[in-house]
Amino acid sequence: MTSIILLSIFGIVNLFLGFMKSKRALLPIVMLFLAIALVAALSDWNQLNTFFDSSSFSSMMIMDNYAVAFTAVMILSTLFIVPFTRSYAVGENANLAEFYTLLLFSLVGGIMMVSYENLLILFLGIEIMSVAMYILAGSNKRNVLSNEAAIKYFLMGAFFTGIILFGIALLYGATGSFKLSEIALAANALEPGTEPLLFMGLLIVLIGITFKVGAAPFHFWTPDVYEGTPTVFTSYMSTVVKTAGIAAFYKLLSAGFSGVEQHWYPTVVAITVLTLVIGNLGAVAQTSFKRMLAYSSISHAGYLMIALAAFNDRSQNALLFYSLAYSVATIIAFGVLKYVSDSRRSNEYEAFNGLGKSNPLLAFVLTVSMLSLAGIPLTGGFFGKLFLFSAALEQGMLWLIIVAVLMSAVGIYYYFRVIIAMYLRESEIERIPVSSFTTFTLISLVVLTVLMGIAPGLFIDLL
Amino acid sequence: MLTALLILWPALAALLVLLVKGQGAKKVAFGAALVELALGGYAWYSFDPANTSAQFLLTMPWVASAGILIKVGMDGISLLLVLLTVFLVPLIILASFRNNYERPASFFALILFMQTGLIGVFTALDAFLFYFFWEVALIPIYFIAGMWGGENRIKVTFKFFVYTVLGSLFMLAAFVYLYFQTPGTHSSDLDAFYALNLASDTQSWLFWFLFVAFAIKMPVFPFHTWQPDTYTTSPAAGTMLLSGIMLKMGIYGVLRWLLPVVPLGVNDWATVALVLSIIGIIYGAIIAIRQQDMKRVIAFSSISHVGLIAAGLFTLNEHSMQGVMIQMLSHGINVTGLFFIIDIIERRTGTRDIAALGGITQKAPFLTVAFLVLLLGAVGLPLTNGFIGEFLLLFGVFQYNAWMGAVAGLTIILSAVYMLRMFQRVMFGEKNVITENFTDLTFSEKAVLVPLLIMVFWIGLHPNTFLNLSEPAVLHLLDVIKR
Repeated sequence: MTSIILLSIFGIVNLFLGFMKSKRALLPIVMLFLAIALVAALSDWNQLNTFFDSSSFSSMMIMDNYAVAFTAVMILSTLFIVPFTRSYAVGENANLAEFYTLLLFSLVGGIMMVSYENLLILFLGIEIMSVAMYILAGSNKRNVLSNEAAIKYFLMGAFFTGIILFGIALLYGATGSFKLSEIALAANALEPGTEPLLFMGLLIVLIGITFKVGAAPFHFWTPDVYEGTPTVFTSYMSTVVKTAGIAAFYKLLSAGFSGVEQHWYPTVVAITVLTLVIGNLGAVAQTSFKRMLAYSSISHAGYLMIALAAFNDRSQNALLFYSLAYSVATIIAFGVLKYVSDSRRSNEYEAFNGLGKSNPLLAFVLTVSMLSLAGIPLTGGFFGKLFLFSAALEQGMLWLIIVAVLMSAVGIYYYFRVIIAMYLRESEIERIPVSSFTTFTLISLVVLTVLMGIAPGLFIDLL
Repeated sequence: MLTALLILWPALAALLVLLVKGQGAKKVAFGAALVELALGGYAWYSFDPANTSAQFLLTMPWVASAGILIKVGMDGISLLLVLLTVFLVPLIILASFRNNYERPASFFALILFMQTGLIGVFTALDAFLFYFFWEVALIPIYFIAGMWGGENRIKVTFKFFVYTVLGSLFMLAAFVYLYFQTPGTHSSDLDAFYALNLASDTQSWLFWFLFVAFAIKMPVFPFHTWQPDTYTTSPAAGTMLLSGIMLKMGIYGVLRWLLPVVPLGVNDWATVALVLSIIGIIYGAIIAIRQQDMKRVIAFSSISHVGLIAAGLFTLNEHSMQGVMIQMLSHGINVTGLFFIIDIIERRTGTRDIAALGGITQKAPFLTVAFLVLLLGAVGLPLTNGFIGEFLLLFGVFQYNAWMGAVAGLTIILSAVYMLRMFQRVMFGEKNVITENFTDLTFSEKAVLVPLLIMVFWIGLHPNTFLNLSEPAVLHLLDVIKR
């Protein structure tokens, strides 16, 4: 809870810091803010309801360990993403402070999405998070693609937010409450005749959240928006926003609707399979690394949804582990992409040709990231997939896992394309200068990925 | 603890090698590999062959709540393969001394890193740990073959990678299934897998999931299509690693993770596996006769020889099992030596084309002797290492089914045909422009070949040194299979 308040205050303070002459000083300050927020979030671990007890806020939010863990993942991801904004400080970019502020505010929305108890907070969280992202998507003002991304994201996002609100209203009609715990009670003892209302409301909320996490069949906005958005904010979109969405999704189902599984289970399984297939097959066809990452993020939404489809006591932990492993690997991928596309003016695979020779370090960290996303051992991605698949297999969902395994094999194809380009293809290009601070960030991310792949016991069973 | 040290040391050394600039990396890597060899030697010295359980055992939780362990140890079977690995890796590094590869630090670090994976595979006693090392061994060889390989490397190595990963995904699926069959909170311990009593039809399909993974790695016909191209394209060191050590991962996998885990499935399908293996023997040999590229001759001969080892695996009697053990060593030694000699010839003449070469004998007597000894070892002439293995294997197959034994026995004639054909055309005959200035072996090349030649005769004359190491473990394994 403290982390939300702190981040809001920091956001406002940060706006005033924007008046400073030196834009370079902003980054360390923002990182300090994030670090403080991270510590504040972690201090809520095992401290259920001690700071703001439920009566004073009538249980609008619950900071349980589930919420704390996902909050920590999101703040940590942001902490690793902001160092890549360094190049923005040297250009003529006058709005750097505003960007940071928007990131911090959006993070507040994300925390609300993982800790809500009342559906209104879920709605507010989604809105706070999304509005900030609409602006950041269009933050490259003079770029047509960036403008297109912002418009597309905003129009569709606003539409789907409306849909969520509509669904929440129907749920209220069916159960008489916004609170998850009361909804769960009412859903279990439903009065005859209200069942269609509940089912429609839940379905509509599911559709809205599916859009937010970029899962099929409501994924169509992702490739264009991801491509047009400035790379650093794409990175944020595909990690923090996705983590928040999936965590909110799981919380909704587990806290509110675990008793009426038959109503949502077929929908969730269908979405999962569709997302896995569309995400992976779509990624194969891409020639741009950035668009491939967009489709890859769709496919990983599919893997994460396996935890929802399995829906047992392994799900939470698998979800947390996978979100962290996926976020870390994705931040590396976008971080390296930013350097490559800035210096070679291209997001295509060809831009990576010969990177192994010119920038061995960038090539190495990107290789680790790709191996992790592909789920090869020695990286966190392998255990992430293993835990998710185990959760589903425990429910006997063998056919779902067969689909997922086949899709992972497809994944190897497109993730390896960039590795092949970097190491096995030649091109005469100059070394890309990388600051030592970014190098340090990238190496920390790689260490984290490998640590998750070697000692997964440290990260699983936290919840 | 010793096992853990054997696994970790090459990985640590690899990091060290990465820090070395320029061509000094190879010396550091060679030194590290010698240390590893000494560790292996110590393991051999303090090993108790009579004890059939895993020695130098290390058990600690990996993912405690899920029952996944870090459990490594060695019995006689593991020890022989670990010894083979620690013996060959320094020689492979030494063999690459004369090839001045670009980015030597990465090259040698990858070799050492691969050694970690290989030793891990041969000592892991937990299913997920085994799978982990199985993939860890694959990643470095992919980069070695891809970055320092010859023509078409991108396509060829990618095919290799996708093939093997697809196979191992089947294995992983089987492991996860078995894991969920274990009682209580589940365990992926090897002993827990051995204790399972699965229904016969379940074992029947599990057999194929596991067999495909191992058969691709060996490779057994018809899963071999990646092999000749990959062997040909890889740099010499990569080919030696692939053929000398890596294909033993597949054989070892069958021994440890297939036969005892799904014995009823083996019962159902052993004949099919045997027939496939025997087709591989004949098929590989016939194609080897028609090859013009020396590397491809040895590549196809490897398919043929591995076919015989695979056939021995599925006969499940003591003779052929011991034959498998000794033939794994022999094949590793011979094929590594042969690929090295091909590399020497290619380095000096710039070609591996049999038709373009000739008359090397006159210029290089040492090379001729070494080539001949390794070649006769591969053919299986008495007094050499190949004879012991092939004899035991053919004897075992013959006991299983006389007809199969007879067909498999053709390998002796066929391998003599393709090996001697290659030797004759490359070494004898008239000198030509290419071979005119051929120089004999240098000191470092002799340093690689002499230990290999010693091993050829050691195993050929006194195989009991090694057979005694593995015998109790093999008998114990057969007991587990026939429980």
